[in-house]
Amino acid sequence: MASITLDRVSKTYPGGVRAVHEASLAFADGEFVVLVGPSGCGKSTLLRMVAGLETITGGAVSIGGRVVNDVPPKDRDVAMVFQNYALYPHMTVRRNMAFGLLRRRRHGGFAGLFRGAERRTELAAIDRRVDEVARTLGIEPYLDRLPRALSGGQRQRVALGRALVRDPQVFLFDEPLSNLDARLRIEMRAEIREMHRRTGATMVYVTHDQEEAMTLADRMVVMRGGVVQQFGTPSECYGRPANRFVAGFVGTPVMNFVDGSVAGGTFTGGGLSLALPAGRWPALPAGPVALGVRPDRIRVSAAQGDVAVTVRAIERLGDRMDVVLDAGATRLVARIENDDALVEGGPARATLDGASAHLFAPGEDGVRIADAGG
Amino acid sequence: MRRTTGTILAYALLVGGTLVFLYPLWWMVAVSLKTPDAAQAATVQGGFASAWVSDPQWGNYPEALREMGSGEKGRGFLDALANSVVVTVLTTLGTVLSSSLVGLAFARIRFRGSRPMFLVMLGTMMLPAQVTMIPLFILFRNLGWVDTFLPLVVPAFFANAFFVFMYRQFIAQVPEALLEAARLDGQGWLGIWWHVILPLTRPVTAITAVFTFIGTWNDFLAPLIYLQSDEQATLSVALNSFRNQYGGITKVHLLMAASLTTMVPCILLFMAAQRQFIEGLGKGAVKG
Repeated sequence: MASITLDRVSKTYPGGVRAVHEASLAFADGEFVVLVGPSGCGKSTLLRMVAGLETITGGAVSIGGRVVNDVPPKDRDVAMVFQNYALYPHMTVRRNMAFGLLRRRRHGGFAGLFRGAERRTELAAIDRRVDEVARTLGIEPYLDRLPRALSGGQRQRVALGRALVRDPQVFLFDEPLSNLDARLRIEMRAEIREMHRRTGATMVYVTHDQEEAMTLADRMVVMRGGVVQQFGTPSECYGRPANRFVAGFVGTPVMNFVDGSVAGGTFTGGGLSLALPAGRWPALPAGPVALGVRPDRIRVSAAQGDVAVTVRAIERLGDRMDVVLDAGATRLVARIENDDALVEGGPARATLDGASAHLFAPGEDGVRIADAGG
Repeated sequence: MRRTTGTILAYALLVGGTLVFLYPLWWMVAVSLKTPDAAQAATVQGGFASAWVSDPQWGNYPEALREMGSGEKGRGFLDALANSVVVTVLTTLGTVLSSSLVGLAFARIRFRGSRPMFLVMLGTMMLPAQVTMIPLFILFRNLGWVDTFLPLVVPAFFANAFFVFMYRQFIAQVPEALLEAARLDGQGWLGIWWHVILPLTRPVTAITAVFTFIGTWNDFLAPLIYLQSDEQATLSVALNSFRNQYGGITKVHLLMAASLTTMVPCILLFMAAQRQFIEGLGKGAVKG
């Protein structure tokens, strides 16, 4: 097992395109880390640099304390699961899973011809290992089939199996569940968590789906434009987002932002006015800020509330509903308990919870203004 | 109703076309089974009547093979056959292995000058063989390779521009992730080529192998230029010497019998490889 350290790792393509800029991260041994961000944010590039599939143009990647910048992928002791499975179409499931092991035999290839007994023992051991892994993944019945005869979910299980049989120090996942339907995705998520628990290996997982990141990660890395925005546990990223981008990226529905300014302990902007609780911000700035309020921190009712709003749209989710509100010039989304008194196009009143609100420096990238919680 | 008429018309056209294409082959079969005089008459008169055999002379075949080539009776054919097999098999093997390897390099390995080199390689296809014939002969003579199989076989191991192009186009469609998976599974470029690319490009390999086999088997000019002694002659050259030996076309029935015999391997090969072959011509995609 191994820790992974990235020290100011950068990737600049020959054309000058900067995919990753000076990422410095340390993943602990046995940790499950998820790299998440919108497409093109450099998360896959970062993963592929750990795998050795992408050259590193700056900085150093270490696995288990060893700098691997110039170590070819096969010698890094990593296994990778790809989005489109990348199973060898001409090999049976068994051979797909055994392929990596066959290459690593001591008595393989030409030399093996002269050491029949050792060769047979090795092959039998590989067979046993494949059977064992196939059993845990429930793909034993398909071992003699070709990948094309399997469903998407079965193929992804085989891809997981191919990584597992190798028993590597590090598992890398590049959006492995993106091609599966929603139900299967949730099932496979649990499977991957279980795989992590069983192997205790270090796992790095790339996804663009923040919900997937939140459910899987011990810690997550939120990236944008090749730059790491935040590295922390899912609850840290959700509860104490480093900046406005992370705040908006993590959590659904997306956090509401209102641009305005603070004066005398009160936020004013976009036709709203909100008294900020005293003592929550040790150093409350005066001047322009952005206010961030999560949708589940807005209460809406037909009669009671601080602000008069208009209900633009209602999306029912079953037990709860999302309500899109117009409050003066500001559009807000609130997630509330079902309330039949609200009608689309009708008036209502809303209350924003100042105690759980966040303040950000102005602008798209504004950093969060530290509150008493850190 | 209209569909039936269309079908009948299409079949009539196909059958008609087939007959036109088959006629020369049939004429060869007919003449090869005639008596010497009848065969002679058929070549002089031509006409459809000459394509009919009333009294087939099956003995023409063993006789033709016995008389083929020079030297000891009966050895000529076997020697030439062995020569043809050696040259053709080695050439086919060399072309498939080298063309797929070079195709992989052009399709997947990024290296300085890859694109200009590819264009230069394609450019060599524009050169007619006649242009390079004399320089090549001088080159091989200086190497001391004349009157050996080397000038026929060795170039095949240095890839063929057209087949490299075909392999490259096909390999470019293999998903990148497959090659990356193989790299993580411990394969180098040679391992990827052998374990992943060659099995996935079987349709291209079938085309390359069949074309190369037939082209080499039937090749007359190159063996004629480079192989000077009779023992080295391939079948196509041996057929020629067989004709000269009897002054033009005196024993045309034997020539036809020998020619037909030499065609058999090509026909068998085509039939065997047909399925792969058609598949390769029809589709260019590798499904993952």
